[in-house]
Amino acid sequence: MSTAAIKDASMEQQKALMAGYFDALATAPERGQKCVYTFVPGNLTELIRSFDLLPVLPEINALQSGMRGKSADYIGLAERGGHSEDVCTYVKCDIGMLKSGNIGPTGKPLPKPDLLLLSYTGCFTFLKWFELLREEYDCPIMMLHIPYQGDGEITPEMRDYVVRQIKDELIPQLERISGVKYDEDRLRQALALSSKAEDDLVWTLESAKHVPSPIDAYFGGVYYIGPIFTAFRGTQDAVDYYRLLRSEVQGRIDQKLGPVTPDGVLEKERYRLVVEGPPNWTSFREFWKMFSCEGAVVVASTYTKVGGLYDRGFRHDPDHPLESLADYCMGCYTNLNFPRRIELLESYINEYQADGFLINSVKSCNSFSAGQLMILRELERRTGRAGGFIESDLVDPRYFSAANIKNRLESYFQMIEAKRLGV
Amino acid sequence: MECFIGIDLGSTTTKAIVVDEDGRILGRGITNSRSNYDVAAKVAREEAYTNVRFSALSQRLRENNALGDQLEAFEIDLGRSFALEGYLGQLARLEECCQRDVFRHAAKGGDTAAISEAITDIIASMRKHAVNMFMGEEEARSDFFRDIAGSDYTEYAAAIARSGGPAFDRLLGVYDRNIIPVENEIDPRSFSQRMTAAFKRIAPLYRGEHDRLAQRIQEVIDEPIDDIRTVGTGYGRARLPFPKEQIRSEILCHGLGAHLMFPATRTVLDIGGQDTKAIQIDEQGVVTSFQMNDRCAAGCGRYLGYIADEMNIGLHELAPLAMKSTCRVKINSTCTVFAGAEFRDRLAAGQHREDILAGLHRAIILRAISLLARSGGIRNEFTFTGGVAKNQAAVSALKEVANENYGELTTNIAPDSIYTGALGAAEFARRGGHGPLAAASPGIGAQGSAATPPKNEHQAVKA
Amino acid sequence: MMTTEISPDGQLAALVADAQRLYEDLAFGSVRAWKDGAQGRRAIGFLPIYAPREIIHACGALPVGIMGGSDRLEIVRGDSYFQSYICHLPRSVVELAVSGRLDALDGFLFPSTCDVIRNLSGMFKVLFPDKYIHYLDLPQNFVAGQGGRFYRSELQSIARAVGALTGIEATPERLRHSIRAYNDNRRVLQQLWQLRCDAPSQVSTAEYYLLLRAGYVVPVEEHTRMVERYLSLVGSVERRAVDNIRVLVRGAFCEQPPLALLRTLERAGCYVVDDDFVQGIRLIPEPIDESGDPFDALAHAFLHRSLPCAVKYDAKRTKAADLVDACKRAQADGVILMAPSFCDPALLDQPMLQKALEEAGIPFTTFKYSEDTGQFQVIREQAGTFADAIKLWGATI
Repeated sequence: MSTAAIKDASMEQQKALMAGYFDALATAPERGQKCVYTFVPGNLTELIRSFDLLPVLPEINALQSGMRGKSADYIGLAERGGHSEDVCTYVKCDIGMLKSGNIGPTGKPLPKPDLLLLSYTGCFTFLKWFELLREEYDCPIMMLHIPYQGDGEITPEMRDYVVRQIKDELIPQLERISGVKYDEDRLRQALALSSKAEDDLVWTLESAKHVPSPIDAYFGGVYYIGPIFTAFRGTQDAVDYYRLLRSEVQGRIDQKLGPVTPDGVLEKERYRLVVEGPPNWTSFREFWKMFSCEGAVVVASTYTKVGGLYDRGFRHDPDHPLESLADYCMGCYTNLNFPRRIELLESYINEYQADGFLINSVKSCNSFSAGQLMILRELERRTGRAGGFIESDLVDPRYFSAANIKNRLESYFQMIEAKRLGV
Repeated sequence: MECFIGIDLGSTTTKAIVVDEDGRILGRGITNSRSNYDVAAKVAREEAYTNVRFSALSQRLRENNALGDQLEAFEIDLGRSFALEGYLGQLARLEECCQRDVFRHAAKGGDTAAISEAITDIIASMRKHAVNMFMGEEEARSDFFRDIAGSDYTEYAAAIARSGGPAFDRLLGVYDRNIIPVENEIDPRSFSQRMTAAFKRIAPLYRGEHDRLAQRIQEVIDEPIDDIRTVGTGYGRARLPFPKEQIRSEILCHGLGAHLMFPATRTVLDIGGQDTKAIQIDEQGVVTSFQMNDRCAAGCGRYLGYIADEMNIGLHELAPLAMKSTCRVKINSTCTVFAGAEFRDRLAAGQHREDILAGLHRAIILRAISLLARSGGIRNEFTFTGGVAKNQAAVSALKEVANENYGELTTNIAPDSIYTGALGAAEFARRGGHGPLAAASPGIGAQGSAATPPKNEHQAVKA
Repeated sequence: MMTTEISPDGQLAALVADAQRLYEDLAFGSVRAWKDGAQGRRAIGFLPIYAPREIIHACGALPVGIMGGSDRLEIVRGDSYFQSYICHLPRSVVELAVSGRLDALDGFLFPSTCDVIRNLSGMFKVLFPDKYIHYLDLPQNFVAGQGGRFYRSELQSIARAVGALTGIEATPERLRHSIRAYNDNRRVLQQLWQLRCDAPSQVSTAEYYLLLRAGYVVPVEEHTRMVERYLSLVGSVERRAVDNIRVLVRGAFCEQPPLALLRTLERAGCYVVDDDFVQGIRLIPEPIDESGDPFDALAHAFLHRSLPCAVKYDAKRTKAADLVDACKRAQADGVILMAPSFCDPALLDQPMLQKALEEAGIPFTTFKYSEDTGQFQVIREQAGTFADAIKLWGATI
């Protein structure tokens, strides 16, 4: 994730981590290391790594392609291959990348999967995505069905279902592929490390409760969640990263500094916002600047919870390894029902003293987007705070209209200002 | 005279409003937005200033009891003469550019002299026609140079081509290459020069009062207009030649403008050419929430334009036809791209055009209603603005659906609603260019009750 | 009585007209009438595509399919809940709900069809906090001890909740009785399917479709009688066959095409001989075991006896073979892959289905629609060209 202006030591460390990871992926075939393709929400990184397997996350590859300006070509390729303009662009971007040689973000090839682990959390498109990948690869596929929190809670039956699938199907499958015996102690150690890193991640995200906030919990937040969400959870590297990050943020709090933005340290915090929805990746910096140049800081976001609601108390638990993995899978933001999503946003708006909330509605992701207009109105009604609504996409540049978005954002910020002065 | 200016740069037209320190509207101006926002902003402002001075003149003449019952005729004549002056100035520049163009492209044709001569003839005819058009009884087809000159030029060029002159498309090519630069040039003559010339043209008609009139005109010319502050808004606002602090979002300006026109307004709907806005405001005119149409322009004014094109009739003819419907057809799509096809398909299926049109108007209004619902519904009073607010069929469909869903409402439609955004911007300028009430003097700001339309709806204001 | 004097043609027309009235009644008048028939009756709505109606039936309630508003519903408020890139069905469902047309329903099941319907379940919870609203998580793991076990618990929880509404417990005996009632329905629907497949000129697509839709609003026993009566009447009338090709339709399992679109296909030269319209009604086409534990029977049927569908995970990778088999079974000349605009499951499935058809040498054509599509010119031309090409060259275009 190359963002020239961010030069903190933690950033450098993250870059090195990611580079090392993609190197490891590139050399995996020659080193004989096997790889598991799986999805970010509810990923089972600790379990996968406990079999000496490497996780590969297609959404991360797609978003990286978006940031590197490759996604338009990839999507075009997939659409020429018969995919509809209407459907998820992450899928099309990934398929286009695959058809273009599967070159990863560091310019090195990605390994083929030895297992497609269809961890089916919070998104129906995942199912189709791996059915499509299965057409391309001759490898086993495993469906891990994660029930949705339709009634707003995890029932014992749901937990039992996931634990059984992990125990009776996934673990034997991972043993077969890796040739490594399941070692629960090894898993427990990893989960203990996860939990440590998660503590520091939560501390970092909650630092945004300070006024002014030392971090941006959306544009900056996506970097902070990177290592935890992806391939490093359960490693000492992740623990070290979050320790370093925490000390940096503490330094900024001590000096009363605002977040680092593409234009340097934010001078004056003018608007505190809560954001719902994923960011746009193709114009990430341009998008961010539309906020930072107006003094807008995101103090809490839901996107940074797609890999778990750690700030609501969840921790990976070495004492209940499989149960906590099951709860983790079921607890991701996109696996929450609507009333709970609205409650979460409402509590963020209050806890983080936000001036308003903004919804970035992305075309690709129905899991997030379907019903967001109701979230908008409910939150306006419940909090009385200013709500904003913009539309874009994850990685399809055709759906990022900079002039349009800027226009709405400016109107939105001025509305907050007017509300402040007008009352 | 100290004043404040609001400029609204729209996708098709640019509007300017001038208000005094009490928020009274002193003048308005409108022009087409062209390809150049800077010029459009300058021209709109110039037009508004002209309007200010005409209003001032009118007031002075009335105070002086000048001309008696001839006064109104004089005002109309002077206004037309002034407009003619502006038109002739642009025509002269058009001729100059076209002639230069002919010689620059000389090598290609070989018939340079013939084309040059033809252009001289065309412009001469246009000049002659202009006098009739502006000073005579003929009704102007448009207020914008591009429109009037374009249709005249085409007509005369076609006549010349028919009678054995240079080919029509060659002549038209010259025009097409030069209209944009001409349009983007600002009249180099001062108001004083143009006014003097305009007065001179009609002075013989008012010989008896010549000196008194000349004196009043001179006073108005001499009156300094001191623009304290300008605030810009609209789609083109990022490119307005003002510092960022003097730019306000069109949503805020629109909300405030509607509040000034109708102080009890709580919900504003604006349907323009390419975008639709639903805005909720509080009792101070502060925007509390808003929604705009998404990426596509389905259901905006442009959609009606496509339908009119498809039917080969004028935009203004749509509503009267739709109003004749006895059995409205249910139309589901308001996609501009498919508008024509849908229309043809339904005609082919034997449906009546009035009924289809009635269905289309309702479909547009349903889109707007859903945008309103997204923004929080419709609250009394409800104000409808923008180009589509001039369409009676759209207005009655809107009232019908709004009343069905939100109960009986007071629906406001201002004849000059096109200036809503500019008015809001002018009010922001008056309040100091900051937040709505930050710099407003207590007692005036919020109510804005002083913002009444000028008494004299002079014809230089192009509504 | 007069009925004896009415010709079979006339009786058939009246039956179809009844079905069409049911289909066109967006306010579910027949459901209201059924509820008024006795005190304390309850009706439970469910969204596409599949819900275990036997459970609702066993609790004494009427299961009612909510399939959107078709092209007859004017969307006034529904659009304000969804962005333009989301399919049409949820808009019309919200419109039906907020306009009071769904008031006769005492609860709603939202099956795990896609993210949009999933989120709609929560939106209903916000809109109607006092109603029973349940997200029905159908299993995607088809191993009995895994997905089957979980699904069984889902079924039991629905039985408990609906039973609490009606005051009638879904005992094993009642459940077995309900399964029998639906098995009877399955048999007649299977006959209807077979008849249309054998003689598509006798059973028009529109009639077939209207009969299926009637099954989503009237009690199952009544529906079974209706289909039986249709079968006997249609057997006694002679309808003119035309030189149409035989097509199989896939992709229309959730948001439904408007009736005019189905008629357009037929007029353009295509007899539909197999389809996935109203797929929930025949997702499990064969009778379900009536003897053992009814919850197990229902779960087993879903896991192992349900038809393939884009919203179900294709665990055994039989998608391609299933489609080719279906074509053979229906003796289809070609396939129309028609999907609702913005339907992720159908549209993401399409490239895989296309590949299967290409490899099998089966002609196909594709287009998108929405439930309120009002223009059929393009579709008419496309379907017509497709039919002509097959008739002339027996090949795809």
